[in-house]
Amino acid sequence: MAALTEEQTLIRDQARAWVTEQSPVRKFRQMRDEKAPLSFHADDWQAMIDMGWTGILVPEKYGGSELGYLTLGIVLEETGRQLTASPLLASAGIGAAALLVAGSDEQKQRILPGVVDGSNVVTLAVEEGPRHDPRQLSLAAMSRDDGLSLVGEKTMVHEAMAATHFVVAVRTSGHAGDENGMTLVLVDAESEGLTLSPLSTVDSRGYASLSFSDVKVSEEQILGSVNSAYVHLEQILDRARAATAAEMMGTAAQAFDMTLEYLKTRVQFGQVIGSFQALGHRAADLFTEMELTRSCMEGALQAIDAGREDVPELCSLSKTRTGEFIHHMSNELIQIHGGIGMTDEFDAGLYLKRARPLEAAWGNQAFHRDRYARLLGF
Amino acid sequence: MAEDLTSFRTQVQAWLSEHFPSSLKSNAAGIMEAAFSENGLSADAEQWRQSLADAGYGAPTWPKEYGGAGLSDSQAAVLSGEMANVGAFNPIPGLAGMGVTMVGPTVLEYGSEDQKLRHLPGIASGTVRWCLGLSEPNAGSDLASLTTKAQDDGDTWIVNGQKIWTSGADRSQWCGALVRTDASAKKRDGISFLMLKMDQPGVRTRPIKLIGGASPFCETFFDDARAEKDDLLGPLNNGWSVVKRLLQHERQSQTGAGAPSGSGSAALSIQDLAKKYVGTTESGELADADLRSRLTSHLMATKAHAMTGSRIREEARGKVEVSAAASILKNSATIVAQVRSELTIEMMGNQGLGWEGDDFTPEELATVRGWLSGKAISIYGGSFEVQKNIISKNILGLPETTQKG
Ligand SMILES: Cc1cc2nc3c(=O)[nH]c(=O)nc-3n(C[C@H](O)[C@H](O)[C@H](O)COP(=O)(O)OP(=O)(O)OC[C@H]3O[C@@H](n4cnc5c(N)ncnc54)[C@H](O)[C@@H]3O)c2cc1C
Repeated sequence: MAALTEEQTLIRDQARAWVTEQSPVRKFRQMRDEKAPLSFHADDWQAMIDMGWTGILVPEKYGGSELGYLTLGIVLEETGRQLTASPLLASAGIGAAALLVAGSDEQKQRILPGVVDGSNVVTLAVEEGPRHDPRQLSLAAMSRDDGLSLVGEKTMVHEAMAATHFVVAVRTSGHAGDENGMTLVLVDAESEGLTLSPLSTVDSRGYASLSFSDVKVSEEQILGSVNSAYVHLEQILDRARAATAAEMMGTAAQAFDMTLEYLKTRVQFGQVIGSFQALGHRAADLFTEMELTRSCMEGALQAIDAGREDVPELCSLSKTRTGEFIHHMSNELIQIHGGIGMTDEFDAGLYLKRARPLEAAWGNQAFHRDRYARLLGF
Repeated sequence: MAEDLTSFRTQVQAWLSEHFPSSLKSNAAGIMEAAFSENGLSADAEQWRQSLADAGYGAPTWPKEYGGAGLSDSQAAVLSGEMANVGAFNPIPGLAGMGVTMVGPTVLEYGSEDQKLRHLPGIASGTVRWCLGLSEPNAGSDLASLTTKAQDDGDTWIVNGQKIWTSGADRSQWCGALVRTDASAKKRDGISFLMLKMDQPGVRTRPIKLIGGASPFCETFFDDARAEKDDLLGPLNNGWSVVKRLLQHERQSQTGAGAPSGSGSAALSIQDLAKKYVGTTESGELADADLRSRLTSHLMATKAHAMTGSRIREEARGKVEVSAAASILKNSATIVAQVRSELTIEMMGNQGLGWEGDDFTPEELATVRGWLSGKAISIYGGSFEVQKNIISKNILGLPETTQKG
């Protein structure tokens, strides 16, 4: 754990106490079994708002506390531990980041106070195909009298059913594959011509596909300038990657703790299984990997807070390493628990099923290895 | 605090411009090669060693009375940063063998005042080289099963037995040896740490040649060798705790991932080296996509390792504790260094297969030798597997396996 300030330590302790007492993984399971329409508990979400978590990225003049990305990461790590479902990451993390990176003062003033008090839920709509590849986006935005008209599809939009607004990356010129010609627009969820179809995914979280058929967007809804949104989009995605990595760290760390506990209690051949060296060494490997991964995850968040130039490299490093770790850890979680790990009644499966969507979000390990190499010039 | 460092930095800069001979600039490898050849240190290098020793900068964090400069860790960091800036290098740790990194810190902790005064200044000035006689033919990872014994002869200890893998034994003046002083006690309870002179009739060394071609270590034979009574480090039969501490210092010194082989100011980064040997596609990507992916993973592991080192230092607020984290860092440093060597010879292709001769550049040959000698990193200082035992037992609290011997 990075050397935390007193305030950060306080927030972490509060978050840890709250998730373990008020929103343990049992509550996530209950939500899944009840097939809750928004895929989270409204009371959990309200509690997060009341604790001020939705304002962590937002400057004071828009109603937040502007404590920064590392602080948000500290909270997300704790919610990741118990798989606590909510739009915290999607809206107060990524949605807020999108406005802060690309929005005008007027747009921030209009939207961000609502993100902080929970009346607005803003979420990013980028993906169009099975693999993350922002340069390939093709959702068409045609010029009309006083704005744009959108036609096309987005998919895997996080927390879409709860959203009041979408930040949508659209193509205003050029072709799929071009970096030029992209524009970011803020679309009201109630817009005419916009249809949401919820997706039923392996992690039981809230995602939907969006279908745009002539959705009208006025000039005030355009974030930044027309045709040159790619730079902003990359910055927003890097913030999404770094924050998602923090949640992944928490989920994987909890999987590690569950595994270690089992190694110390399950007895076979007259001894606890953790006394078998084959398993002890695997635990040692996982622990080493976890410590190395944590440094990358925290380093990326700290770099964003400090406005450093190596943010893109560090975010790809963080997303790759947390992806590799949660992949390995979630598989070992099942294997080391043996048969019990395969049962739905036991929690291990919930962690495995959450791991893969988190790995895929905003670019998987392969995507970010390729990007890292390109950023380093090979 | 910040002020202190600024004025200290200025002071170091002035000292360097007065004492560091520009002829030695960026030539660490040359200086050390000469030091271990027939010729010994060049006149400039000898003068530089003496300047470092006079200032206490050979072992800068040791107290002044024992040959150090009494610097804090952050002052020492300033010193090494400023030295790096002007291309200067501290040869004293290399000259002192195991003295600066391992024996010295352990003497500082366990030694009597008299022992500190007698042994530390020679180490800190780089004039007395030390080796460590721990391993024996039948006591490697299971070091506590050692059998070399020391008998109390009234005035001296009489030592008999054999050590192996003793790095630098043939070139050292002193040896820190682990010996059995009570044969009836349990394995770990009858061991003591003894310091003895190498230049005496009872000590004989035989160099062992390694797969990389060099002979950095020896078999060491003790036949009625003598050690002074007051050269027992720490209490009698308490050598196991002394050596445990010493090995932590060793691990600590091995947690950095080291400089790339053949490094110097002109050395290319590993990705540029890859481009040079393998070539690129039209869009500038490494032509071998499989290698590119593995190289990327390696660079990420390197970065993760470096960031973890800084994170642990930061959490400890500037003071790096010899701690459990060292075991993690040792294994990760091992992986980084060994994978780097493997990738480098792979990308060099046929040029990465040379042993000697003009058909290969000096850098290519150094890479091959470095690849071979680097296989030792996962064996010494507690093997890769032993580090995992330490992590699972000491950090994770898993029980020791009942199948272990
Ligand atoms: C370059 C180099 C320099 C050295 N310098 C010195 C020196 O200066 N002074 C000195 O005293 N010694 C020195 N050594 C010796 C070094 O400390 C030993 O080689 C080391 O302790 C391993 O012992 P061993 O070689 O007998 O291997 P063994 O202990 O026989 O190990 C063989 C294999 O078994 C594995 N193994 C052993 N025990 C376990 C276990 N409990 N669980 C799982 N796996 C296990 C090991 O990891 C290894 O893979 C040096 C070695 C090298 C290579």
